Amino acid sequence: MTTAPLTAAARPSRATAEPWPVRVLLLGVAGVFLGLFLVLPLVAVFAQALENGLAAYGAALVDPDARGAIGLTMLTAAIVLPLNVVFGVAAAWAIAKFEFRGKSLLLTLIDLPFAVSPVISGLIYVLLFGAQGWLGPWLAAHGIKVIFAVPGIVLATLFVTCPLVARELIPLMQSQGTEEEEAALVLGARGGQVFWRVTLPNIKWGLLYGAILCNARAMGEFGAVSVVSGHIRGLTNTLTLHVEILYNEYNFAGAFAVASLLTLLALVTLGAKQLVEWRTRRGGRAERAAEAAPAGGIP
Amino acid sequence: MCKRPLTWMMAAVAAVAAGGVSLVRAQAPATQPAAPTSAPVVAPARDATLLNVSYDPTRELYAEVNAAFARFCQETTGATVRVKQSHGGSGKQARAVIDGLEADVVTLALAFDVDAIAEKSGLIAKDWQQRLPHNSTPYTSTIVFLVRKGNPKGVKDWDDLVRPGVTVITPNPKTSGGARWNYLAAWGSARHKYGSDAAAREFVTKLYRNVPVLDSGARGSTTTFVQRGLGDVLLAWENEALLAQAQLGPDKVELVSPSESILAEPPVAVVDKVVDRRGTRTAAEAYLRFLYEPAGQEIAAKHYYRPRLPEVAAKYADRFKPLKLFTVDAEFGGWAKAHAEHFADGATFDQIYEPGR
Repeated sequence: MTTAPLTAAARPSRATAEPWPVRVLLLGVAGVFLGLFLVLPLVAVFAQALENGLAAYGAALVDPDARGAIGLTMLTAAIVLPLNVVFGVAAAWAIAKFEFRGKSLLLTLIDLPFAVSPVISGLIYVLLFGAQGWLGPWLAAHGIKVIFAVPGIVLATLFVTCPLVARELIPLMQSQGTEEEEAALVLGARGGQVFWRVTLPNIKWGLLYGAILCNARAMGEFGAVSVVSGHIRGLTNTLTLHVEILYNEYNFAGAFAVASLLTLLALVTLGAKQLVEWRTRRGGRAERAAEAAPAGGIP
Repeated sequence: MCKRPLTWMMAAVAAVAAGGVSLVRAQAPATQPAAPTSAPVVAPARDATLLNVSYDPTRELYAEVNAAFARFCQETTGATVRVKQSHGGSGKQARAVIDGLEADVVTLALAFDVDAIAEKSGLIAKDWQQRLPHNSTPYTSTIVFLVRKGNPKGVKDWDDLVRPGVTVITPNPKTSGGARWNYLAAWGSARHKYGSDAAAREFVTKLYRNVPVLDSGARGSTTTFVQRGLGDVLLAWENEALLAQAQLGPDKVELVSPSESILAEPPVAVVDKVVDRRGTRTAAEAYLRFLYEPAGQEIAAKHYYRPRLPEVAAKYADRFKPLKLFTVDAEFGGWAKAHAEHFADGATFDQIYEPGR
C-alpha cells in the first residue's frame, strides 16, 4: 500500500524534469485544442441561449411542447437505463467468467448496434412494427401502437444504447480474471453470493461509468429516434428532436435554450461521475488501510 | 363533460348559425363562401383530439389555425377539440402515414403524396380530391426567388439562374414536395420560352449544375440559404420566402418574382380509415372545412398562402404579386405522369443530376 503514494509522487517529478519550453508547448497545444473544440462551443451554446435574455430562456423551457419533450426524454432514459444495466452485467458476466460455444458470436452480436447506423436501427423497427411491416397488421388489430409512439422511441433508444454497459464491463471483468470467484466458490459461496459479494463490488466503477455513458447516449440519441418518432409535438418529440424543430422555426434562442439543457445534463452527469470517483478513491483507501491492520494480526 | 345536454343543444343551434356568421371575426362580409360545394361548417359536438400530419413550411400556419378552430368549436358547441401537429418533408410524412402514423388529416405539399397514401395503404379513399372544393386545396402558393439584399447577382428571371457563377439553393425533389414544385416551375417556364421539352431539359440540367447542396426539405434549404449563408438564389415557396423575409427583415433578403411560375396546390384530406376507427370523422371534416371559411382563409393569407376566397384575396392583394401561373394538370398531365417522367427512380431528374458538379 505504501508504494502507491511513492510512485504517485515520483511521476510528477520525472515529468517536471522536461525542459520548460517543451512543457509550455505541450500544455499550450492541449489548452488551445480544448479551448477551441470543447470550451468555445459550450460557451457558444449558452451565449446563444441567453441571447434574448433570461425571460426568453425560461419561456423556451416551460413551453408545453418543451416540457413534453423533457418528460419523454427522462422517461426513455428511466426505462432504458435499468434494462441496459441488467443486460450489460448479465452479458459481461457470461462472456468474461464462462467458457461456452458461440461466445465470439455473442460478442459480435453485442457490437452490432455500434456497427449499424442509428438511422438504420430506426428503420428496422419501422419495417418490423410499421403498418406495412411484419408485425404491423397484428399489432393494429390488437390496438397496440409501437411505431410513432412512446414504445417505438424506447425500443430504438434501447437498441442503440445496449452495447454501452456490456462493452464497458467485458474488458474489465476479463482483466480481473476468475480467481476471486473461484476462491469464493472453494470457500463454499453459492452462485448468487459470489456475484453479489465478489463480482459486483469489483466492477462497480466500470458499471457506473457504463451507466453514465448509456444515460448520456439515451438522452442525446437523434437518428434512430427521429425515424420512429412521427414528430408529434408534445407527444413523441424528444429533447433532441425538439431542438431541431425550434431551430427550423427560426427560434434560434429557443433551440439553443433547449440545447443548453442537454448540455447541462451532460455536464452534471460528468460532474457526478468525477465526484463519486473521487469520494470512493478516498473511501477505498481508508477502507483498505483499516483492513490492512487487523489482517496483519490474525495469522 | 358534465354539460353534455347543453352541448347537444348548442350543437343544434350551431348547425344553423355556424356557417361563417359566428366566425366572422375577420372583417370579410358575411357572404356565403364562393367555393362550389361549400356547406357551412358544423363544429363537432363531442370532444376530440386530432393529429394533422403536414409538410415542412406550414408550422406557423397550422399553429394558428388549430388555435382558431379550437376557439370556434368551444364557442359554437362547447366541444374541446385539440389538434396536434407533425411536420417534415412531404414525401417523408406520407411515408410515415403509410407506415402507421395515425393522422386524422393530412395536409401535404402535393396531391401525389396523398395519392401515394391512398394507393399504398388504402387509408384514404381514391376520390379524395373531389371531396372538397378547389381540388381539395384551400389555399395555393407559387414558386419565387429569394435573393440577398440588393440582389448583387442581378437575378430577375429564370434565365439568370443558369448563368455561370450563380449558385442556387433548392431541396431534393426525391424527398421534398417544394423541390418538385421548384423543378416543375423551372421546366414549365423554360418550355414556354424555348418551345420544346428538349430545350427545357437542357435548361433544368444547367440549373441543377448551379446547385451546390440538396437539403431534404424546404425548411432545411431556407436555413441553408439564410443561416449558413450559402447560395445566391433560394428557390422557394412564396409563403416560405415571404415568411423568411418577415422573420429576418428586408435588410437581409429580397423576394424576386419571375415572369412566370407554377400554381402550387397543397392539398388536404381526411384519412378515412383512421377517423372511422377513432370516431373523429365529424371533427376532422369540420377542421378541413374550416380552412375554406373566411376565418381560415384569413389565417392562410396572414401566413402568406394565397387564399381562395375572393374577398380575402382582395384584402391581401398587395402581398401577392399577380403572376402568370400554369398548373401541373395542364402543363404536365397531372402528378402521376409528372412523377413517372421526372422523379421516379431512373427518370429525368436522376439522369440530369450529377452530385458534386
